[in-house]
Amino acid sequence: MDNRNEGFTGGFPDAVYNSQTVFRTLMDCMARPGSLGLVTPELMPPAPLGVAAGALMLTLCDHDTPVWLSPKIAQSNVPGWLAFHCGAPLTREKSEARFAFLEAGAHLPAIAHFALGAQDYPDRSTTLVIEIEALDGGRPLNLTGPGIRDVTHLAPRGLPAELLAQWTDNRALFPRGLDVVLTAGRQMIGLPRTCKITALEV
Amino acid sequence: MSMPATELAAYNFAYLDEQTKRMIRRAILKAIAIPGYQVPFASREMPMPYGWGTGGVQVTAAILGPQDVLKVIDQGADDTTNAVSIRAFFQKVANVAVTTHTGEATVIQTRHRIPEDTLREGQVLVYQVPIPEPLRFLEPRETETRKMHALEEYGLMHVKLYEDIARHGRIATTYAYPVKVAGRYVMDPSPTPKFDNPKMHRSEALQLFGAGREKRIYAVPPFTDVVSLDFEDHPFEVQSFDKPCALCGARHVYLDEVVLDDRGGRMFVCSDTDYCETRRADGHVGEMLGQSQEAAE
Ligand SMILES: [Zn+2]
Repeated sequence: MDNRNEGFTGGFPDAVYNSQTVFRTLMDCMARPGSLGLVTPELMPPAPLGVAAGALMLTLCDHDTPVWLSPKIAQSNVPGWLAFHCGAPLTREKSEARFAFLEAGAHLPAIAHFALGAQDYPDRSTTLVIEIEALDGGRPLNLTGPGIRDVTHLAPRGLPAELLAQWTDNRALFPRGLDVVLTAGRQMIGLPRTCKITALEV
Repeated sequence: MSMPATELAAYNFAYLDEQTKRMIRRAILKAIAIPGYQVPFASREMPMPYGWGTGGVQVTAAILGPQDVLKVIDQGADDTTNAVSIRAFFQKVANVAVTTHTGEATVIQTRHRIPEDTLREGQVLVYQVPIPEPLRFLEPRETETRKMHALEEYGLMHVKLYEDIARHGRIATTYAYPVKVAGRYVMDPSPTPKFDNPKMHRSEALQLFGAGREKRIYAVPPFTDVVSLDFEDHPFEVQSFDKPCALCGARHVYLDEVVLDDRGGRMFVCSDTDYCETRRADGHVGEMLGQSQEAAE
């Protein structure tokens, strides 16, 4: 593909129905932390954005939602794609971001630098989308909390090393806090702030 | 209710424009992440009056897709004017399949009841909410109630319930009985009878609440603790009924009183019409039907 066109092509073939489908997948993933969601519509977001991460961008971002991009994504064709398809403003301030996107292997900034909401408006917080290598085959984790019957198991591969330690701090902020979506290619898993993550000994 | 003269153009699938749907969808996601917390949203005018559940209608419109099967109930019934109109609205603007059977529905929009059949994973229950703030009758100022939620200061609510006990010997609240969600937020379950409160507790279904006039969306994720507020010496109790349903004989369900004649004749029947009809189709016979069958013989 001609890189100059990459900022305009690769969106949803059918924006209305595709964004509804992707939203429902994400809604289920946030309501049932640890359950695997699959993005089915055909789209081709510019690298290094994965298919699921790109689908979430198209589904949720618009001119009302400042977006923060990792340095590597910010230097790619993604900003043009985001502007063309969503009209969303970019922000360099993590604390202003409604959505933030990290590519696989990216350094995880301190969670405290993102918008964490206020005690009386805890909804005004960033949703962070983190691409990782794969949603299975990694270190086993146990998830508990709202949306989970007893306990659910997860073994994401390539999770940023700092995430688990920072997640404990994030949980302590409740009802404030960051919500996370892990993506790998077409797949996604929701980690709302209520989710308790325990690393299992291997 | 006046229907909009829209064609089923994709851009207005389910009536709302895409920008509005995105805004509502973002609010729903935050509501799920903070169970019981009321997320403000920019409620839109809908082609029906506020009393008709415009908040629930907007939530349903934002989540509904062509694969869904929609059920709409009003006080447990599928056939009231309100339920019929909302169902017809979504058939027209979203061309969505509809049902009256709880088990077949993927999305159930409700006013003032939770179906008797246990909801299962994959179902979404959308409540129409008139007044989302459980502390409103104790403290009319939004700035103050917001502060009380922020600080988890719910003492006033307990005082109100305790005054009930002092005055009536029991907690007199029977509708919109306040609950605590996931051990944190006190929430109004909408004007459902308190009979339905236990069904909310650790339900497999996702529960979404939309208040149109008051511009709030809140949620209870599946498998989430929903505990009715009470006191050790006055534990929460649901209503019980002396007799089973007069039509289908069901016990342990919520019954409505039906006046039969002007001489004081009356009977009690299931408020959940689908539940009652299904039981009768399965051969269950209540007292009233039993009598009329005998009379016919
Ligand atoms: Zn009955």
